[in-house]
Amino acid sequence: MDIKVAGPPASAEEMAAVDELLGPAQSGWQGGTQSPRDQRVAFGGRSARSQRHLLLPALHAIQDRIGWISEGALGYLCARLTIPPADAYGVASGYALLSLEPRPPLTVHVCDDIACLGSGAERLGRELEQRLGPEGKPARPSSGSATWLRGPCLGLCDRAPAALVQQAGVPSRRFETGLAPVSSDEIVALVEGRLSRLEGPQSIPQAGDPGLRLLRRIGVVDPEDLDSYRAAGGYSALRRAFELEPDGVIREVTDSKLLGRGGAAFPTGRKWEAVAKSTVRPRYLVCNADESEPGTFKDRVVMEADPFAVVEAMTIAGYAAGCEKGYLYVRGEYPLARRRIEHAIRQATDRGLLGLDILGRGVSFDIEVRRGGGAYICGEETALFNSIEGKRGEPRNKPPFPVQSGLFGKPTLVNNVETLINILDIVVDGGRAFAATGTADSTGTRLFCLSGAVRRPGLYEVPMGTTLRQLIDLAGGFRGKLQALLLGGAAGNFVTEAQFDLPLTFEATRAAGVTLGSGVVMAFDESVDLQAIVLRIARFFRDESCGQCVPCRVGTVRQEEALIRLVSGRVIGSRERETALLADVNQAMRDASICGLGQTAGSAVESAIRLGLFQPNGGSRR
Amino acid sequence: MSTVLSRATARMVPLQIDGDELQVPEGSTILQACRGRGLDTPTLCYLETLTPVNVCRVCVVEVEGSRVLVPACSRKVEPGMKVKTDSERVRHSRRMVLEFLASSVDLSLTGPAVKGWMDQYGVQPERYGPAAATQAGERDRAHAGHHHPPDPSHAATVRQPVKIDNELYVRDYSKCILCFKCVEACGADAQNTFAITVAGRGFDARISTEFAVGLPQSACVYCGNCIGVCPTGALMFKSEYDMRQAATWDESRQQVTSTICGYCGVGCTLDLHVQDNTIVKVTSPLDHDVTRGHLCIKGRFGFQFVQNREPDSGRPRNPRP
Amino acid sequence: MFGAGGGTSSYREVEETDVIILWGSNARETHPIFFHHVLKGVHRGARLFAVDPRRTSSAEWADIWLGIDVGTDISLANAMAREIIHAGLANMEFIERATTDFEEYRRTVERYPLERAERETGVPAAVIKEVAHTYARADRAQICWTLGITEHHNAVDNVLALINLALLTGHVGRYGSGLNPLRGQNNVQGGGDMGAIPNKLPGFQDVEDPEKRAKFERAWNCTVPPKRGWHLSQMFEAMERGDLTTLYVIGENPAQSEADQKRALHLLGGLEHLVVQDIFMTRTARMAHVVLPAAAGWCESEGTVTSSERRVQRVRKALEPPQGARDDIEIICEIARRLGHDWGTPTAEQVWDEVRSLSPMHTGMSYRRLEELGGIQWPCPDENHPGSQFLHGRLWENPVQGPRAPFSAVQQEPPVDELSEEFPIRLTTGRRLDSFNTGVQTGGYSSPLRDGEFLCISPEDGVRYGVADGEMARASSRRGWVEVAIRYDAACRPGLAFMTLHFPDETATNVLTIDATDPKSGTAEFKASAIRIETLRVPAGSPSR
Repeated sequence: MDIKVAGPPASAEEMAAVDELLGPAQSGWQGGTQSPRDQRVAFGGRSARSQRHLLLPALHAIQDRIGWISEGALGYLCARLTIPPADAYGVASGYALLSLEPRPPLTVHVCDDIACLGSGAERLGRELEQRLGPEGKPARPSSGSATWLRGPCLGLCDRAPAALVQQAGVPSRRFETGLAPVSSDEIVALVEGRLSRLEGPQSIPQAGDPGLRLLRRIGVVDPEDLDSYRAAGGYSALRRAFELEPDGVIREVTDSKLLGRGGAAFPTGRKWEAVAKSTVRPRYLVCNADESEPGTFKDRVVMEADPFAVVEAMTIAGYAAGCEKGYLYVRGEYPLARRRIEHAIRQATDRGLLGLDILGRGVSFDIEVRRGGGAYICGEETALFNSIEGKRGEPRNKPPFPVQSGLFGKPTLVNNVETLINILDIVVDGGRAFAATGTADSTGTRLFCLSGAVRRPGLYEVPMGTTLRQLIDLAGGFRGKLQALLLGGAAGNFVTEAQFDLPLTFEATRAAGVTLGSGVVMAFDESVDLQAIVLRIARFFRDESCGQCVPCRVGTVRQEEALIRLVSGRVIGSRERETALLADVNQAMRDASICGLGQTAGSAVESAIRLGLFQPNGGSRR
Repeated sequence: MSTVLSRATARMVPLQIDGDELQVPEGSTILQACRGRGLDTPTLCYLETLTPVNVCRVCVVEVEGSRVLVPACSRKVEPGMKVKTDSERVRHSRRMVLEFLASSVDLSLTGPAVKGWMDQYGVQPERYGPAAATQAGERDRAHAGHHHPPDPSHAATVRQPVKIDNELYVRDYSKCILCFKCVEACGADAQNTFAITVAGRGFDARISTEFAVGLPQSACVYCGNCIGVCPTGALMFKSEYDMRQAATWDESRQQVTSTICGYCGVGCTLDLHVQDNTIVKVTSPLDHDVTRGHLCIKGRFGFQFVQNREPDSGRPRNPRP
Repeated sequence: MFGAGGGTSSYREVEETDVIILWGSNARETHPIFFHHVLKGVHRGARLFAVDPRRTSSAEWADIWLGIDVGTDISLANAMAREIIHAGLANMEFIERATTDFEEYRRTVERYPLERAERETGVPAAVIKEVAHTYARADRAQICWTLGITEHHNAVDNVLALINLALLTGHVGRYGSGLNPLRGQNNVQGGGDMGAIPNKLPGFQDVEDPEKRAKFERAWNCTVPPKRGWHLSQMFEAMERGDLTTLYVIGENPAQSEADQKRALHLLGGLEHLVVQDIFMTRTARMAHVVLPAAAGWCESEGTVTSSERRVQRVRKALEPPQGARDDIEIICEIARRLGHDWGTPTAEQVWDEVRSLSPMHTGMSYRRLEELGGIQWPCPDENHPGSQFLHGRLWENPVQGPRAPFSAVQQEPPVDELSEEFPIRLTTGRRLDSFNTGVQTGGYSSPLRDGEFLCISPEDGVRYGVADGEMARASSRRGWVEVAIRYDAACRPGLAFMTLHFPDETATNVLTIDATDPKSGTAEFKASAIRIETLRVPAGSPSR
């Protein structure tokens, strides 16, 4: 296509960054040097345009190497991939982790989201402002080589407060790591080049409990060793799946009555069957590992500590649903999970457990890891497809559903990490055995992310139907006097002690007007400024709205404004008028937004108001 | 343009709209079914020549069994569907969408239909507070995932300076409702130049070139097809903009005459908007198969030679007798 | 084409075809809205091939761009044909039923193996083979061309070479398959339809056919000259001989638009009587003895024009013409009256109804129907006829109705203006998106894309001939020279240069071009001149420094 790349040329370093990912240019027409053959023939059509899906990986490549994406770098990338520069800019500017303005090579993203806010993130931010200077500017002691930024949840809530460190540079110099819990001393030391530290230990308080299913290998197997995984029973499920054949696998999954753990609670078996029955080729499997719901870290822990289980489960899903290829889309804030998964895929491929002719059964399946760029919305399955395709992370209207037209417009099976790892036991033990755990309508176990004012924060696995109180007891009860509990995540609801005996099942929470969401259970004691928490949730949704549809794009702004007016006392009319306005806004977002983000962007706020947490003197002040 | 009634050969789908039973051809959208019955359904981002993006959500209707409202413009009818176009929920969302837009965007040039809907649905944009002013350049540089704390005394708007960087058309994004039409017309639905895109996200999402460079530095080829589809006057012929600034623009004194472009041999229909024997704007009809409303730079802007109103082009004046 | 001069298909069919070959056409810039239809086809899965010496913006969209040397189209087409025949991909059933002269054609193309075509065109043999196979195997395929085919000394042969390919594969006369010359000016097609060509009366009725002539003579109550007239190049030859001394020019600017401008100016200047009817005081008008100011056809008068898909559409009066300018019909009728023929003061519709009464292919096109249907594609023989989406469907009837379509064996011939050591660069000409022909119309608006005239060359040639990007240089051909700004342009390979004719007052490109014309069509070889490029800088180290 006739793209126009104007602007300044890319630097050698920027070109090297792109070439590192894409290899040398195929022709002079795509950013390389002109050969005599190029002067006679060019292939600029479909084949050139079909590289769009490499856009986000290429943007990451530049960001990783340089620390930001210049006009010249973007132009070179566009020439290489035959993408109009405006399109590439539109995509890049939708991701928070990519910078289109100069940024120092070392960036410390400091979480100031709800879990960390309840654990001193505000003080941490103030300290950093004093010691490093304002966020987004070159940090004072770094002579321009570092900066820090506040940002949304990093999924390290069990160890709050948290930070994500990204050091750009050539492969040998660059690194990315999460730090939690983190102090301003550590961040300053890092900025001054005095510290580099790997991520902290996993918080699996139940580790070693023989009753665990999903978490039983965590802390037991070596996440970087396939043999260790196999010694713990790994890959017996895939063998069993081959015995069952695709129809048999799907039958077991259907019998298990497994419901999707991503939020919509759709029957997994039906989804698999719909894809398997499609006559369209190719078909894709997508593992949604973009958990970005504030307070959520379950998929991260699984990927970091039991990556082979994810790979094996994806292989079974791909086999059963007849998918040629799988994508695992992991959020950009999870560098260790990504490294572990990539390593597991490499080992599995080397050992014939992925690729052509798996285990000599004539089955072929590959998995490609794609990395998010800092966008909550990309956890929405259709926005995730767009992100993989190199388009803006904007949700699509449904129908058509992914099983009909998903990734690249092809039938696509999309499950999240937690849903998929349930498959292993279902295949080995049988669907009926699986369904024996939990309740009739909510079978199996569920992962919960406990954070905030509980004694033992971390990831828990309990049978469906366990009550909230039992779960909290398992975590050692509350630290301090409970002020409020957030269930389900920022898109969930605040609940009160009156609801603690609610069984944690899909049906019971639905009936109670709340949601399990992503399994977040976040407790706030009385030391926390709850109004600040609610405001942070409103800010989060405004920041994470993709901007596509009016109800969410403007509604999230009007919601935040009204809340600030309420907090500041500068109400228009009266408080009642403001809360009525908030209710109006919320109803429009819930009813008319394209996707689940907008539809739930007001639910936590609404529940906070309903529970009286937002009265003039409702939220306590420290 | 309703294609509903003309497609006699298509299979018919029975459905119910507001309690009335009807049959429409398979593949029709709810919007087509509604319009076929003469039901006024507001739309902003919908245009029959473009792929529905269903982003404005002003056309939402209630479909029995659906948890949320559905966009009439893109949802296809299904047998037995029960649609409500005027329920309390529908009216509420339509009102809120219009209110959200009216409180954040300058809708002064969106035409009488939009004003009618605002009255019909009881829109009160002022209830979000007085409109805020935005500083120059700020929106173009907004970083995804970050925004300045809101000013509680004002309602945020997209207000910003008009972009004037060429002689043919201006971009006044204070009037932009982000309907995506210009992006679609510049992109795969028509021109395939892809000079503009939606950049940023959330409320900071905006129509932009790469790095917000001016149009002369961008890939823009000045076909003006973005102007042709813009429903709010955000994109406007410079000639119209200048006349509006000088308060000489007067649509009541304009006639529109269809003719054929005098340049190449494709035969594009031009609608010449003429005020005081002067062409002030050129459009093309959406329902003509040759252009589908789209033109090139010559057809759209190349008319001035007949009226010799371009003293600064550097070419000798056409010495017409 | 097989009797009537017009594209065989509709734009709509381009959207629904499987293969599109743009041959010598930069439609992206010269026919932008047609290219929208091409892109619709591409988005729906059609394969697009572009044959063009330059990698134009159209070619950038192509699945394969074939960068041939200027004037080697026949070599390419014939080699494709040979390959199609040898691969057994020729549509023999169609050939046998609907065509003639295949055997001679087959013998001719036999002399064009892929290796020869690679040598002559520069395009790798494997690529030619792939395109040939794809075109032949397609269920539907379109070949579209523009002046890259017709502005050559062997223009008609070039066109015939493409027609041959369609006949060979049966890619004509069916929905979605066809041959489409894209008309460069808004009513080139209509002018031909109306008989503004030397050998035809309105409706492509042969002026040398006594029966056809008689019909017109009865209607017009006069004698129609029984012999065909001159085309433009023949007129210039006649001027040269002194046989043509009076010229009436309507809406043309030959003083600037003809190849070899020096010669054109000389001959026009020697005329005894030159009448120019135009909306502008053009260069030609400034040479005229009488200037008749005209109303602009597309916005100041009523009438019809015909597009490249044979669609007759209405033009309407939107503006009052300037004081003194008159409608063409009015001027012509006034002249007739003063020559002793009172044609009255007919309206455009009355004139059109006369056309309908004499031209069967237009008979069904009343103004009312043209209005209702948004134009009608000819032929449209009666008022119940919807118009014709595509032509030559008769070739698919069994037996074929009417005459069969002949193959026309044609041979590769190089451009007349040969490259040499003295003139080593091939200059080709064309249009840019925002400008049109000699710029008299497009000069009236301020295009942000416009940057005056420049000579596009490859960066390699810039280095070789010592001219930097942006600097002024001298370009010379065997006929003259111009000074022009240099622009490095990757679309040109070494040895290839490109200019437009848009700025004749600043850069008289046609001083360089050659007026070698095609004897059959009268078109000059604007697409191929031989030039050299020289720096205007004083060489470094010379005494004047």
